[in-house]
Amino acid sequence: MGIAAASSPRTLGGARFRRRKAVDRLMAGAMILSAIIVLIPLFAVGAYVVQQGWPALIGHFPSILTEQSPAGGQLIEGLKGTLILIGLACVVGLPIGVMSGLYLAEYGRNRFGDVVRFTADVMAGLPSIVAGIVAYSVLVLTTKHFSAYAGGLALGLLMFPTVTRSTEAVVRLVPDALREGGLALGISRWRTIVSIVMPAALSGIITGIILGVARVAGETAPLIFTVLGNNNGFIGLTQPVPALSLQIFQAVASPVDPTQDYPVAYAGVMLLFLLVVVLNLLARLVAARRAVARG
Amino acid sequence: MNAMRASQVRPVIVTTGHGMSVERLNAYYGAKHAVKDVTLRVEPNTVTAIIGPSGCGKSTLLRCLNRLHEVIAGAYVQGKVLLDSEDIYAPGTDPVQVRRLVGMVFQRPNPFPTKSIIENVLAGLKLTGRQRGMNPREVAEQALRDAALWDEVKDRLKAPATALSGGQQQRLCIARALAVRPDVILMDEPCSALDPIATLKVEELIAELRDHYTIVIVTHNMQQAARVSDRTAFMMVDMDDRAGVLVEEGPTKAMFNTPKDKRTEDYVTGRFG
Repeated sequence: MGIAAASSPRTLGGARFRRRKAVDRLMAGAMILSAIIVLIPLFAVGAYVVQQGWPALIGHFPSILTEQSPAGGQLIEGLKGTLILIGLACVVGLPIGVMSGLYLAEYGRNRFGDVVRFTADVMAGLPSIVAGIVAYSVLVLTTKHFSAYAGGLALGLLMFPTVTRSTEAVVRLVPDALREGGLALGISRWRTIVSIVMPAALSGIITGIILGVARVAGETAPLIFTVLGNNNGFIGLTQPVPALSLQIFQAVASPVDPTQDYPVAYAGVMLLFLLVVVLNLLARLVAARRAVARG
Repeated sequence: MNAMRASQVRPVIVTTGHGMSVERLNAYYGAKHAVKDVTLRVEPNTVTAIIGPSGCGKSTLLRCLNRLHEVIAGAYVQGKVLLDSEDIYAPGTDPVQVRRLVGMVFQRPNPFPTKSIIENVLAGLKLTGRQRGMNPREVAEQALRDAALWDEVKDRLKAPATALSGGQQQRLCIARALAVRPDVILMDEPCSALDPIATLKVEELIAELRDHYTIVIVTHNMQQAARVSDRTAFMMVDMDDRAGVLVEEGPTKAMFNTPKDKRTEDYVTGRFG
């Protein structure tokens, strides 16, 4: 056998070459086309949101923020509610997310770590309404009250898997030389992790946190039966709370007066869109700064 | 000056150096036997060089002296290592405490990248809760002077450590190790990532540190061993079980001029390795 096994006549070029070249182009074309199709919905949604939302928001700015939509209430109150819910979600999700990510990166090379990793991945794909049901059973049914806390719990549950896995990924990138440098000074392991390893990965951890926040900022389903929404605005953490996403949902799904509700809804969509875009840009900025610091 | 610094850290004023004794030490990475039956005396206030070809276990042996070997998953140690008269592997001994007494400088400079120059120097004190009652700036200045870096950095103590050159970073790492006032300093090929001029500076520094510290240095550079050390230990891989063994140990001059073992002679005369 060996080299002599080539049974076809030795020709460089000819029909085989043309065929291979054609298939090559066809496959490359299919992949490029798919890549373009990925962009279409994003641009279509973005264009539609801006086309409808920008005039609605800016045309009557800032009075649109305080306009009372019959179905959804004031946007400014919704924005306040959304920010408060994000804050509560961070209180729930960040300590668990960051610490479990540190655990996985620093101690998790074992069976238990694999289980945690797998669970976090499953949790990352958890339908958001399930997180809502969990918070509903744990906090709403027991206290017999819709509250900001219940919403924060639901969003926190949705947020932490992203934070866990991103924290693990960036902390793993910290060179062992730094850990050994800390240990060799007689610094305890936890102190080395917290004071030497974590700062070295901080911008990456923050990037993950921002992406986690962006993921839950626009959530609607888990809020419906945890914070409910409140047309009277934000009146307390233990009360039903308004949120941008809920206002949009209510104003569009069950408008009381479409001439008033729709413009508010579009302005709300624009606000939420801006919030998420800004958060994503912020994440990129932080990540880029890390790249500069390392370079 | 020394008495003052010592009294700030430990109540007893230390005047004599500290020795180490390795007794029948074996080190493993899982099933791999890396260091076999090494017995070695490290005299106080001397520089002991460990030389030998790549993969002979000299770095592993060094990492056993401050219990850093065991932080690698699956790695473990058998045998005794005495610091003065205390076995650092005795049950109940805290490896963290051992590492405060036996400092280490690594092959590649590893300053903490998020910390400034002065924060790097003080990290070992601050992060072990021993900075109380000290004047941080004085402690840092002394450590940087001892590491022959003070004049180069005194105007930019708050600059990031990563702004320094490789040679300066390595001396910063030495200052960081000195700041916690260890008994012994381990150096794992401290010049292998440095250019000749930076190497020379570190070697001069080692010569000065000998008066106050006990130093063990691993090097693959025989000229360096000859230049800086008082005693030399030669290791190589045992052909039978691929584990590193100590072939011969003695005063550096004798090791290079009149070695007892044929293998040492072959190595120091460049016939292999």
